[in-house]
Amino acid sequence: MSTVTMTVNGKEVSADVEDRTLLSAYLRENLSLTGTHVGCDTSQCGACVVHVDGKAVKSCTMLAVQASGSEVTTIEGLANGGDLHPMQTAFKENHGLQCGFCTPGMIMSAVDMVNRLGADNLDEKTIREELEGNICRCTGYHNIVRSIEAAAKQMS
Amino acid sequence: MGAEGIGARVLRKEDKRFITGKGKYTDDFKMLGMHYAAFVRSPHAHATIKSIDKSAAEAMDGVVGVLDGKQLTGDGIGNIICGWAVNSKDGSPMNMGAWSALATEKVRYVGDAAAVVIASTQSQARAAAEAVVVEYEVLPAIVSATDALKDGAPQVHENAPNNLIFDWEIGENADAVETAIAGAAHVTELEIENNRLVPNAMEPRAAMAHYDEAEDHLTLYTTSQNPHVARLVLSAFYQVAPEHKLRVIAPDVGGGFGSKIFIYPEEIVCLWASRKCGVPVKWTSDRTEAFLTDAHGRDHVTTAKIGFDANNKIVGFKIDTVANLGAYMSLFSSAVPTYLYATLLSGQYNISNIHCNVRTAYTNTAPVDAYRGAGRPEAAFVVERIMETAARELGVSPAELRRANFVTEFPHQTPVIMAYDAGDFGATLDAAMDAADYSGFEARRTEAASRGKKRGIGMSCYIEACGIAPSAAVGSLGAGVGLWESAEVRVNPVGTVEILTGSHSHGQGHETSFAQLVCDRFGLPIDNVQVVHGDTDKVQFGMGTYGSRSGAVGMSAIAKALDKVEAKAKKIAAHLMEADEGDIVIENGEVKVAGTDKALGWHEICLAAYMAHNLPEGMEPGLKEGAFYDPANFTFPSGTYICEVEVDPDTGTTEIIQFVAADDFGQIINPMIVDGQVHGGLAQGIGQAMLENAVYDDSGQLLSASYMDYTMPRADDLPSFVTSTHETRCPSNPLGIKGCGEAGAIGSPPAVINAITDAIGNNNLSMPATPSRVWAAMNV
Repeated sequence: MSTVTMTVNGKEVSADVEDRTLLSAYLRENLSLTGTHVGCDTSQCGACVVHVDGKAVKSCTMLAVQASGSEVTTIEGLANGGDLHPMQTAFKENHGLQCGFCTPGMIMSAVDMVNRLGADNLDEKTIREELEGNICRCTGYHNIVRSIEAAAKQMS
Repeated sequence: MGAEGIGARVLRKEDKRFITGKGKYTDDFKMLGMHYAAFVRSPHAHATIKSIDKSAAEAMDGVVGVLDGKQLTGDGIGNIICGWAVNSKDGSPMNMGAWSALATEKVRYVGDAAAVVIASTQSQARAAAEAVVVEYEVLPAIVSATDALKDGAPQVHENAPNNLIFDWEIGENADAVETAIAGAAHVTELEIENNRLVPNAMEPRAAMAHYDEAEDHLTLYTTSQNPHVARLVLSAFYQVAPEHKLRVIAPDVGGGFGSKIFIYPEEIVCLWASRKCGVPVKWTSDRTEAFLTDAHGRDHVTTAKIGFDANNKIVGFKIDTVANLGAYMSLFSSAVPTYLYATLLSGQYNISNIHCNVRTAYTNTAPVDAYRGAGRPEAAFVVERIMETAARELGVSPAELRRANFVTEFPHQTPVIMAYDAGDFGATLDAAMDAADYSGFEARRTEAASRGKKRGIGMSCYIEACGIAPSAAVGSLGAGVGLWESAEVRVNPVGTVEILTGSHSHGQGHETSFAQLVCDRFGLPIDNVQVVHGDTDKVQFGMGTYGSRSGAVGMSAIAKALDKVEAKAKKIAAHLMEADEGDIVIENGEVKVAGTDKALGWHEICLAAYMAHNLPEGMEPGLKEGAFYDPANFTFPSGTYICEVEVDPDTGTTEIIQFVAADDFGQIINPMIVDGQVHGGLAQGIGQAMLENAVYDDSGQLLSASYMDYTMPRADDLPSFVTSTHETRCPSNPLGIKGCGEAGAIGSPPAVINAITDAIGNNNLSMPATPSRVWAAMNV
């Protein structure tokens, strides 16, 4: 067992966990932050993406102990109080989600994409390539791309 | 229509919880004292169970139960059934092999469960499952359906000689069709494989069961597209509990695509184990388990030949198909390659002579059942590949060969059961050709060639059948249930409205589009309407969501219930305002007497209904109505898809340059949601055509059992889509809806393969058209 201490969505949390506990399991099981989803077991689907120290990370591929001391943001912490993040709003306005299961990871990856590359560098081809690590089975990605294009303009 | 009524692009009510991480899927629920199930799965495709040694597992930390198939059957849990009876052409019933939720004597595919461990934590359960020692005697396995039907093949079930489940036919007399084709001016023949797919909803299946000993009552949370059907089958056939002692809840469900229609072994086992071990039991599939045990889709091998007269009119069409149903018959498995497939083989065409023979076979592979489109993609692929091939052989335009054979008068009775009720196939063909700039294609081909690329174009004019109803019709074809839908409209005393529906939303946006019916009818804001679904304790009954039926059937039931609410509200209003009932109109949230300035607020009528101080004589208080709706016919969405590709001749890599979809879905409630349904269907159809393939090796090991090995369509595999709709109303339901959920997956694979084969000049290309296959087709 190890003690992990981290800031999750602005709140400091601490717990004793088995060393092998994945960050995704820690968020879901210990903190009941079930917006982070697990859709595969090979780090492919991206439903579990969260931000660790400002960078997008597949939380199923990181141990909770590795995140100890870090600032973690999950989908539940993305909105500013009652104000949705522009990416969340864009997904709603552009019908960028259907069943909603991939959506949290998709939104967290998309925010990271805009933060890293900036709106001016995000043409459709780049957005599609950047989404390589997130699988959606419902939308055919068409409206996800539209959502990210729209949000990028708002965020710049 | 109003800003939020029928036809309006209303943003989805349900989105807020999903974009903020507050959706509640089955695995997100916990119960006090909850334990976890882990299954002991066969690593062999075919083996006899010699013994099961549980002692080491039983002694491990946290383990409260290690249970096997003999205990399960000993407790009276029934075998899993196929709910649609299909007879062979000689009249004999289908050969349904026994399927126990935990195997007793034999395992028949990799992943078939022999035992289950119940433990305090998921890791304890998984560790203990590893410690259960099952001694197997490995038997020879068979994975190909055509090989399975040959003499001497390994036998999967003793009661199915040569692994044949049924040998079925449909259409005109086989010899007559053969004679018609023999006399044709031109005959085109084609051999087709329709590749096996894994549905891959992003939320893996999960189940959480709780037995309340004091009440002798079970509750199941499950990833289901049809919780009431699940309860019915669990109760009536598996003897888990009588219906009034079993509550099934399907909360937010992360995609289904057919794979979550069926009642699987894991749900049965969790319910049984919860009672047996006295603890709540949860199981959540991991992705590899999903690949191994979710019902797969497609897997047909077909030969077809079609004859044309000297005027290029079709004179006969003969089809022979072998369908792989896997190791056991899943819930709708028999209907998919028969009544959902061969009944669509007339396509959009006027063909008087059709005969189709279908043999289905057991193999040592995962069960095969309905996956988005379910039989209709297989039919569209046969019809639209052979029409394109024939056009090339005849040297005529693919569009004009199709147009010359289109059905243009409705109703149209095909020789394969279906009676098409409405459509305008020429209109969607024209719309797609315009949008694709079809006439400008040859210039684009030339330009691409100057860059060293091979450019091709292909089309597909699909028709499909949705709704899977009326009940009497499907009953006569062997369905074990009625396929109507039910709804209840509850108007509250303050005028807000709850719709309780038997349809289930797992991405389709019912909470929005169903509410739009109420906005349209009474002019209420959409925030005043709540849609309730997915819980057998809340909703009266329902047949669930599949076969693109929630619009045509589910919304029609709501419309019928709204008719009753509207009629009662008008009676109350007429009484209160001393007017004639026929003069009452309800609009914009007001109830008015036409031609006067008399009006009451909608909420005042609703309150009056519940106060009951001044109602018409003899009227019951309250404002709540229910309806069951059973349609008069299947519905027939149709359309034309055009795909344009460029192939790199050096690598065989195909890029989709443009994909155009022109669909006729009848009346559309929310165009934004309909567009999204088309996009998703297209992605799955393009995935089938170019990327996806479930591959078993000869020993029955699934080689493509993870996202590392099974190619899911990613964002950079797909283009943006060009979509449009053309409306001919469906005459068989009150809203004129045809359904839009599956069309994209049905119509797109032949368009893609027609385009690639056009580009490379070789018609011999199987799905998925991977770069290596495309390169080989050009070079080998």
